[in-house]
Amino acid sequence: MKTFDAIKADLASGAATCVQVTRQYLDAIERQKDLNAFLAVFPERTLSQADLIDKKIAAGTAGPLAGMVIAVKDVICMQNERVSCGSKILKNFISLYDATVIRRLQDADALLIGKCNMDEFAMGSSTENSAFGRVKLPQDRDRVPGGSSGGSAVAVTSGMSTASLGSDTGGSIRQPAAFCGICGLKPTYGRVSRYGLVAYASSFDSIGPFALTVKDIASVLQVIAGYDPKDSTSADIPIPDYNSSLTRNVRGLRIGLPKEYFGSALNEEIKSSVEKSIDILRKNGAIIKEVSLPHTEYTIAAYYILATAEASSNLARFDGARYGYRSDDADTLSAMYVKSRSEGFGPEVKRRIMLGTYVLSSGYYDAYYRKGQKVRRLIQQDFFEAFNEVDCLITPTSPTTSFKAGEKMDDPLQMYLSDIYTTSANLAGIPGISIPCGNDSKGLPIGLQIMGPQFGEPLILRIADFLEHQK
Amino acid sequence: MSWNEIYEPVIGLEVHAQLLTQSKAFCSCSTKFGNNPNSNVCPVCLGMPGVLPVLNKQVVDFTIRMGLATHCTIAPKSVFARKNYFYPDLPKGYQISQYEEPQCQNGFVDVELPDGTVKRVGLTRIHIEEDAGKSIHDLDIDTFVDVNRCGVPLMEIVSEPDIRSPQEAAFYLIKIRQIATYLGICDGNMEEGSLRCDANVSVRKKGETKLGTKVEVKNMNSFRFVEKAIEYEISRQIDALERGEKIIQQTMLWDSSEGICLPMRSKEEAHDYRYFPDPDLVPVIISEKWIDDVSTLLPELPDMRRNRYINEFQLPRYDADVLTAERGLSDYFEGVVSGLKTKKTDSYKMASNWTMGDVLRVQHERQGSLNDFPISPKNLSALIDAILDGTISGKIAKDVFEEMIRTRESPEEIIKRLGLVQVSDPALLEKVIDEILVKQSGQVEAYKSGKTQVFGFFVGETMKAMKGKANPKIVNELLKKKLV
Repeated sequence: MKTFDAIKADLASGAATCVQVTRQYLDAIERQKDLNAFLAVFPERTLSQADLIDKKIAAGTAGPLAGMVIAVKDVICMQNERVSCGSKILKNFISLYDATVIRRLQDADALLIGKCNMDEFAMGSSTENSAFGRVKLPQDRDRVPGGSSGGSAVAVTSGMSTASLGSDTGGSIRQPAAFCGICGLKPTYGRVSRYGLVAYASSFDSIGPFALTVKDIASVLQVIAGYDPKDSTSADIPIPDYNSSLTRNVRGLRIGLPKEYFGSALNEEIKSSVEKSIDILRKNGAIIKEVSLPHTEYTIAAYYILATAEASSNLARFDGARYGYRSDDADTLSAMYVKSRSEGFGPEVKRRIMLGTYVLSSGYYDAYYRKGQKVRRLIQQDFFEAFNEVDCLITPTSPTTSFKAGEKMDDPLQMYLSDIYTTSANLAGIPGISIPCGNDSKGLPIGLQIMGPQFGEPLILRIADFLEHQK
Repeated sequence: MSWNEIYEPVIGLEVHAQLLTQSKAFCSCSTKFGNNPNSNVCPVCLGMPGVLPVLNKQVVDFTIRMGLATHCTIAPKSVFARKNYFYPDLPKGYQISQYEEPQCQNGFVDVELPDGTVKRVGLTRIHIEEDAGKSIHDLDIDTFVDVNRCGVPLMEIVSEPDIRSPQEAAFYLIKIRQIATYLGICDGNMEEGSLRCDANVSVRKKGETKLGTKVEVKNMNSFRFVEKAIEYEISRQIDALERGEKIIQQTMLWDSSEGICLPMRSKEEAHDYRYFPDPDLVPVIISEKWIDDVSTLLPELPDMRRNRYINEFQLPRYDADVLTAERGLSDYFEGVVSGLKTKKTDSYKMASNWTMGDVLRVQHERQGSLNDFPISPKNLSALIDAILDGTISGKIAKDVFEEMIRTRESPEEIIKRLGLVQVSDPALLEKVIDEILVKQSGQVEAYKSGKTQVFGFFVGETMKAMKGKANPKIVNELLKKKLV
């Protein structure tokens, strides 16, 4: 497993070429097929691209990500490639266009090696909800890698790509990063274009990177961040130099510990690991303060009302009429809709569509959707107030480490609680990063989350990078 | 039935006007009508997975224009919502439409009725939405979908229930169309569907203040059908009430071939649209400056123009009405007037007569737009000036006009080429008249013995001899002098 720095050094010294690097990753993918992390791999396409980039390197014209091999969650569109979203309903669907992030990565000479398995339409916390089988945790194949971007997290943790892209609607980058023991960033809402990301919940969805190091996260973010005229919700705000924010200095930083995140639901081993990291920060001059986010207990409820409402509408286009799966057994328009969708969607997706349809229904809208919006504003307000007192917040990423496959499949609420510490960042639109923070007694990785104010990526990357170098 | 003695209809109209933008509301596809099915499309309007809408700013500009022209309040903030329903011609499974926070609210239009009274109709709101595609069911084999129209911008103009007769409804619709076409934001073509109208109709006994149960009438694709369908629906409701029945709240479709309204299947209307704010679009924030910028670009509206024709040009009301009914004709007339060398009431009236008469007649024959009319406004001004300065007679002018239509030449060119310049030289005319009087001595005797109606005969003979080019005024004067 190599970081981008190590690869760049090899390329510079002539110890390796992009083609050789690509072959190593392709071999790793082939060897670890049983993990089921990939839904598609592009050997020819990537190798010929690698050859081109080797020439560019020789000519001195290579882009900033030359030599970085990236795997992409199969919810992001690449022109002329399948984009299944882990669903039977899009099993054979081929995208007509590239997502903005794909264009940007290609323009930076990154090598896009394949598409990663995921929970169907990014709905899940274990990557068990894929129509193409569950993804296994490399450290213990009976366990889950987290989700919904489980395939992307496993690709990085098991050396099948240098970095990967995931999407995070309620924790789908940070929680699998924690379970797999790597870094995962959910950027500020609007920092990275959503154009070409198949929408689950549009006002929550963020595309972000997984990598072994914070520096690699910064390098990918540098390329994918920025305003996109094709996404009205993307922010037209200058992109800072993320790499230069990694100063290895935390002196004087005010770090908040939201007391609601350290309650009884939290596993003791995780708690003490996170506290160890906090001690390190304190010893290095950071000011640690307890803060309160009083509406935390409503986070999961508000999230599942608002996100499913948006999902019920976003997923209406998958109706069998124009593309995707259509039931063979339908002789009326209504039967075509009902059967195509009943057969094409998995149980968790159906559950969320029904929930979302319900909360938007006439007579229920005010009690659920509108109230959910109000709670969302209160949660945003909690964060704004907290960020008046402190520069950033540190919490555990997830209340548990990786669990056994099947363990929570019959208990959706337990599964939803897996994201109890991550969904608030999506409700508030703020950035959050999960970084490794030791292992529990079973040897399973623990994740630590740093959340910052909107567009506070430089700050959370700086703290994350600092902690990474204290091991 | 003389229902209007006992019952009073209460009518509100919802008008959908297609905005004349080059590209669609949320993508850059063309809005052109009549292209091959499914050719004006891209991933965005096809509702492909992962695409996002981006608002076309001109759609907002146009809607603000309509709002300002109809005395609406322009909302400083408006929000796009999603109207969710499944249909094959709706690729995303929802239509983007302003719902709780529309662009414009609380306006009115003044509609002048044929009896000269002015009816003020309140506007509840004007909001922006995207059109759906078109399902084609009548090709026998299967149902086809054309999504060219998907995402084409519409504004929906919702009136208050202020309308009291089918005729008022038709005049209201004509007024809305006139304003929108003057503003250059809609072509007003009902046959192509760029202007569509639904009506909410209820009836109540005269004097009652409570509204009756309303019925929505759809599918009226001409001004005549709007009037007929509402007329039919009013009668239907009164008949039902007279029979002691209750009016059921429902949607009716106008069937123009049968001349009746038929209820839509209840299944088709049992929708819960589950409106909610579209998270892919940000609220539209309208600054004072934006409104000012739009209002400085507002053209002169038809009512203002009509009043100017009456007050400044001294034209009869009838002329002013006809000339301002359509922006194209009115602009043509403006062009003629501004090209005239002589600016006085007589010449304006002459310009009005030529425009309303000959120009409109030829245009109806040609069925084209006035933009490519063979006679430019400037050339028509020149023709009128030629009459006024005596270069040609009014009669010759008619021939010149026809020749201008045929050849697109200027009147000067035609008059010169055909040698049509009027002869006003008394010496020359006198010579001709003397010859005629000698030749027709018998008639001269008759005239002198009191048969004065023969005078016209002499005029005719003179004109014939002059091939129509003699100045009739001078011929008259000379004849009168000679025949004393």
